[in-house]
Amino acid sequence: MCDSCGCNITPGNKKHAYTPVAGTTAVSVLKNLLARNDDQAAHNREHFDSRGILAINLMSSPGSGKTALLEATIDALKHEFRIGVIEGDLETENDAERIRARGVPARQITTGSACHLDAHMVHDALHGFPLDGLDLLFIENVGNLVCPASFDLGQHRNVTLLSVTEGDDKPAKYPVMFRAADAVLLTKSDLLPVLDDFDPARAEGYLRNLASDAPVIRLSARKGMGLEAWLHWLRGELTQQRARLAAGDTARPKVQPDGAALHA
Amino acid sequence: MHELSVCQALISQVEAVARERGASGVNSVLVRLGPLSGVEAPLLEQAYPLACAGTVAEASRLLIEAAPVRVKCETCGAETEAAPNRLICATCGDYHTRLLSGDEMMLMSVELVI
Repeated sequence: MCDSCGCNITPGNKKHAYTPVAGTTAVSVLKNLLARNDDQAAHNREHFDSRGILAINLMSSPGSGKTALLEATIDALKHEFRIGVIEGDLETENDAERIRARGVPARQITTGSACHLDAHMVHDALHGFPLDGLDLLFIENVGNLVCPASFDLGQHRNVTLLSVTEGDDKPAKYPVMFRAADAVLLTKSDLLPVLDDFDPARAEGYLRNLASDAPVIRLSARKGMGLEAWLHWLRGELTQQRARLAAGDTARPKVQPDGAALHA
Repeated sequence: MHELSVCQALISQVEAVARERGASGVNSVLVRLGPLSGVEAPLLEQAYPLACAGTVAEASRLLIEAAPVRVKCETCGAETEAAPNRLICATCGDYHTRLLSGDEMMLMSVELVI
């Protein structure tokens, strides 16, 4: 599949690929395969925590409205919070330019052919990024419902968008992605009256089948519908994160790459 | 999708273990994979020879142990098997469950040539 197209080697992890090295014994290891990424992600999280920033990873299919959601969110909150954005795409500065046009700092990561962001790419993007004084950092992942779910970036929360022009059974088809969501946004929901094949209750049912209690928020960024519930969720998360930081704690997103270690 | 980069991460861990123990080679590598890890066993197997070429693990065997999807119900306490996209309790049908197994991608053990 993707093993032939080079999507697996990212600018961030390239330096870890193919490191040359110079009776039998079995050695027990019990380590997550992505331990190096996870270490880097923990380091990124320390950068955010030391500045009191809440970092949110936005994931979805391409074209479900992640950038439009950010534009509407920035317009609504820019006098309340200081916001920064890291954009992930295979090519172009287009999304970062859209965000900068709203008056907030944005850094574009172009992954080349890589289908996801990893913790090293995000760390590289943080160099020279004006993090000091930020309240909220959004990381817009590459549009893809598969790979981004497996890589911790150092964020505190995952938000997964499902646009109502997609199938309402996406949570059943992409369980790894939707299980990782701390909140699910049904975007473009102003179109629901003209779409007879998307049932929000069915989408939520498939999400609950993944043992997820994540809130499901219907909104339309373009029409400004339902934004208040999303902004309320964001404010609540920021307040909770600050309380955790004051208590010397932090938060990790719902994705549980080290779940196996916890089960042992 | 991203199995080669996962495989490269695996090999760098195997290399670190081999280096620590002063091993001259690696016979086999045992990995435990669950369906909810986001990694597919056949793709990992295809990527493995490429990732270990030129390393101390070259020509080693990759052994993959499949982890079943199991959940524990927080309502009735039952521990049951589940499908990857239906993690509800098989006993009472509640969705308030905790995953016991099924999302692992763990390097379990390495057999080294010392």
